[in-house]
Amino acid sequence: MPQSHDVKAGPPRQTEASDDEIKRRGRRGFLASALAVGGGYGVWHWLGTRRRDDGIPWPLRRALETNESIARDFQAPAHRAAEIAAGTAPPNPRLNGDIGLQSRVDSASWRLNVAGLASGNGTASLSMDDLLALPVTRMSTRLCCIEGWSIWVNWGGVRYSDFLRRYPSATRSGEPADAGQRPHDLYDYVAMATPDGDYYVGLDVASVIHPQTLLAYEIDGAPLTAAHGAPLRLVIPSKYGVKNIKRIGSIRYTGVRPADYWAQQGYDWYCGI
Amino acid sequence: MPLVSNKHPLAIRWFHWVNFPVLAGMIWSGLLIYWANGIYRVGVGGHTLFHFFPDGFYKRLHVPQRLAEGMAWHFALMWLFAINGVLYVLYTVFSGEWRYLLPDRRSFKDAWLVTLHDLHLGKTLPPQRKYNGAQRIAYSLVVVMGAGSLATGLAIYKPTQLAWLTHWLGGYEWARWEHFWLTIGYLGFFLIHVAQVARAGWNNFRSMVAGYERVPPPSVNEVRDAPEP
Repeated sequence: MPQSHDVKAGPPRQTEASDDEIKRRGRRGFLASALAVGGGYGVWHWLGTRRRDDGIPWPLRRALETNESIARDFQAPAHRAAEIAAGTAPPNPRLNGDIGLQSRVDSASWRLNVAGLASGNGTASLSMDDLLALPVTRMSTRLCCIEGWSIWVNWGGVRYSDFLRRYPSATRSGEPADAGQRPHDLYDYVAMATPDGDYYVGLDVASVIHPQTLLAYEIDGAPLTAAHGAPLRLVIPSKYGVKNIKRIGSIRYTGVRPADYWAQQGYDWYCGI
Repeated sequence: MPLVSNKHPLAIRWFHWVNFPVLAGMIWSGLLIYWANGIYRVGVGGHTLFHFFPDGFYKRLHVPQRLAEGMAWHFALMWLFAINGVLYVLYTVFSGEWRYLLPDRRSFKDAWLVTLHDLHLGKTLPPQRKYNGAQRIAYSLVVVMGAGSLATGLAIYKPTQLAWLTHWLGGYEWARWEHFWLTIGYLGFFLIHVAQVARAGWNNFRSMVAGYERVPPPSVNEVRDAPEP
């Protein structure tokens, strides 16, 4: 088809054409469009009818994973979520999510079971006092819910990287973990679950050792309430709220991508923001 | 022999018709996402004139409880929307088509005259090349809106990794608000665009499909009464 335009001169180029030729060009154009519409519908239909991979057609799951790979390539500790001065967020933030919080919990008898550690048999059973012995970090960050709303929250707890320094995980090389000097020596993933196992999240280790990731035990300057995840919860502002698991019962370092409660129901596994 | 004008290059037609279903898919998947926290409204003070969107609207379109599905489609289709949009802008730059599209000094006065004419309030229609002033403004603005959707979308997609962008757009909550209203803007554009295409008639519509347009034979004191959208 002739396409050239003499753009500088003015109107699009005009040519003479017989009535037959005009009709032929029209038919050709609409036939090509009909094929394109059919093809487009075909692709859409094909996508929608593919085998489900954790709740969504597998090509969409692959697309989410591709987005994840790109985001992880650009991930850096220097990328910080917005913060306001510690303690200045409005108190009593919105509550959402109570999966895994059905039974009662007692802070005194609660234990954090850690697996995949460098020392001993690789496991540890920590009490609240063990965590309180570590340096406290207070920060006010935004919790972004995957539903679209967000709230500022005043958190207090142990920076995850401080926790890892005190209780180093096993590594590929066999040396104790050193997140600062040898981040790539860490196993890729961290799995966390509530004591009853009803809620569980999978996380990439780079997000876990990010300086804004906390094992939090305070909200608004007071111990966490049960509904906010007492006695210990994850605060990870570089992820959607669904990854900020409440009432952590276990932490496990692993090279295998852990299962994730919401990812199994069609959501993105990575959920990095 | 009749004269034909080779109005729309194949590339422009391609970008236009790829964008249509892709943007429709972005708006639809965006609605599935927005439903999970549908907070925007038009109102005066505490009085709400219209809430986006009423429950009946969601129910009729089977929107509720499809957040995960909406996100999956949205974050896959976003690539097509962005790539198609960037290629379109590059094409208009390198082909010279931008000369038809960018508003110039006359465009704003022309657009006013065209608007009056189309609303049957004015009689004069300024002479036009491929597009009149109103079209130049509308078609350039919609590209700026596309860039805006991309920027505000990225700002709410990666507010930590792209914290500077989110900050620059007024923060996370504002960026989400901007992203929403740009979408409503597309719907407004779409309604006016389709009405104008219908008004302009078959010859013009065919030019966006097959590329060419029949040039009407010149007649004495002829005023072309319908600007092409």
